[in-house]
Amino acid sequence: MSGVPAAIAGIGATEFSKESGRSELRLAAESVFAALDDAGLAPSDVDGLVTYTQDANQEIAVAREVGIGDLTFFSRVHYGGGAACGTVMHAAMAVETGAASTVVCYRAFNERSGRRFGIPDARLGGDPSSQGLEMSWHVPYGLMTPAAWVAMFARRYMHVYGATSEDFGRVAVAMRRHAATNPAAWFHGRPITLDDHQASKWIVEPLHLLDCCQESDGAVALVVTSAERARDLRRSPAVIAAAAQGSGSGQMMMTSYYRDDMTGLPEMGVVGRRLWERSGLTPADIQTAILYDHFTPFVLTQLEELGFCGRGEAKDFIAGGGIELGGRLPVNPHGGQLGEAYIHGMNGIAEAVRQIRGTSVNQVADVANVLVTAGTGVPTSGLILTT
Amino acid sequence: MTDLETLAKQVVGAGESPRMRASEAVSGPLIRQWTQAMGDKNPKYQDLAPPAMIQVWSMPGADRTAFQRDRIPLDDLLDALTESGYTGVVATNCEHTYHRYLRPGEELTSTTRLTEMSGLKRTALGEGYFVTWAVTWYAEDEPVAEMEFRLLKFRPREDKPQPEKRKPYPLKPAVNQDTEFFWDGVRAGELRIQKCGDCGELRHPPGPICPACRSANRTHVVASGLGEVYSFVVHHNPPVPGRETPFVVAVVELPEGVRIVGNVVDCPPSEVGIGMPLRVIYRPMDDELTLPVWVPLEP
Repeated sequence: MSGVPAAIAGIGATEFSKESGRSELRLAAESVFAALDDAGLAPSDVDGLVTYTQDANQEIAVAREVGIGDLTFFSRVHYGGGAACGTVMHAAMAVETGAASTVVCYRAFNERSGRRFGIPDARLGGDPSSQGLEMSWHVPYGLMTPAAWVAMFARRYMHVYGATSEDFGRVAVAMRRHAATNPAAWFHGRPITLDDHQASKWIVEPLHLLDCCQESDGAVALVVTSAERARDLRRSPAVIAAAAQGSGSGQMMMTSYYRDDMTGLPEMGVVGRRLWERSGLTPADIQTAILYDHFTPFVLTQLEELGFCGRGEAKDFIAGGGIELGGRLPVNPHGGQLGEAYIHGMNGIAEAVRQIRGTSVNQVADVANVLVTAGTGVPTSGLILTT
Repeated sequence: MTDLETLAKQVVGAGESPRMRASEAVSGPLIRQWTQAMGDKNPKYQDLAPPAMIQVWSMPGADRTAFQRDRIPLDDLLDALTESGYTGVVATNCEHTYHRYLRPGEELTSTTRLTEMSGLKRTALGEGYFVTWAVTWYAEDEPVAEMEFRLLKFRPREDKPQPEKRKPYPLKPAVNQDTEFFWDGVRAGELRIQKCGDCGELRHPPGPICPACRSANRTHVVASGLGEVYSFVVHHNPPVPGRETPFVVAVVELPEGVRIVGNVVDCPPSEVGIGMPLRVIYRPMDDELTLPVWVPLEP
């Protein structure tokens, strides 16, 4: 990015479960300890913390639990899972500007045993904030779950490009196949077939249950410091070649139905253009990608927005095995959020680091560059990590 | 004086009914069942009957045909009330007086006497008459207990389709000064689209400043009420408050050039498709909120 690139020097996570039995703050602290141990750093080395606006654990609370002293930088990134790579971008900016030397990014929640994002909340449209007013054009009609918001885009995409439910299903099958060989994945050893996908119940047509990622309890933390310093630490660094946030024209939280087209993800296009421009890389330089997969249809859209294939061609890219291990662009070797866990995209960044290190259980050969994306359908963010 | 009041006066004047034989003799087995059911462990009731059992001895039992008694004048009054439309009945008072304990083996008789029928009263249950009578139980010729009993014979209120308050619809929009024109319009049966008062640009969803010319001079046009499905979903799971599943939500493209989200109703979800022509209708969701929803243009 600038003359002093930043890197991810440590990753840490709790187990991924459906009921952690522990407070979200405890999960956060455990993941931060694990990430610091992985990097070979002490809590006293940390002077910055970044998380999501949706995270229930304030930076100061995490600092108290972990024994972090003075903080010179703390920041939050908004828009749900769109924040994931944004936390690393904020941390990298802090490191590169000298605002902090060692920044930990974290995300911790009991999203399955606590508040579940997929359960309709009648209060969504009740508050006359800009977001409440935006929701108010949708919530009164019962359009109020992430699955429903995404399904609206998916239907239009199917209509325009002739994609089918099976095309979406192939994403779920691939992710579950990857997760099947990842012991950390909730769906370890439990692959599915396309028939399983087609037979799963409707959530919101055109989305079946198996088009929707699982819900998880857990936490992930990442340690960001300068690449130079990271080279002296315990692990080989995952250097941040580029980081970007993106919001498009006419952007809404998850209901950008009023723009010219509903078949793309313009905000991911913004992120992609920045990533290519800043890194000097092209899609051909990427050996594996972590694409946000809370719902299958947007995996197709991301392949197109990021330039891995042309508009409307993702279904053929996927049907040809392109996103599978051994394919043209293995996507989510850890199993993604459909297969490993839903930690709001942070577990995907951890997998990208493992791929750069060469330590993933589903290691892709000769990885030099990994592209990672964050939440889709929302203002979002992305990273390219390099060796 | 109404016919019913005249009849009541006659029945009061008739005084005590003839003695009627009680259905059961005072007995140990019935005492034991009753005290066990009531949880009354008073040792006195091993030999004596609990006084509160007094009505038990003259109850006809569940099968009313099994124990017949002669008609008494009070029956005529109660039947006449029923026939006059006072079909409802609710007991309101029951007061016992006991003169002594009864022992197993005693056989009782009783008499009934109408003491009073009130004038026509208005109650929460409906209009009706309070009817009060007195029962005296005898062992041989000795009065052993008395009861004053009152009930209301009433004409049940008809369930009129009342302008009842609807259950509040839980999915309320937030409304502020930038959006209230839209919701005011819906209540007036108009689908309003914000129009810039200066450059004329149409915009939905609306906002405070025209993004094309920075004008805060906002007006609106009333849409034709026609549109077509641009995209749609069928919501099945999980349940949504205030909604029955499955239901359809669509992005509707209006000929005026903007899109709006709304439900497609009065049409099976399987028949909804992209490009389907629609027209708007206005559906009250509760006493406050009306929503614009869409139905197929061709019925």
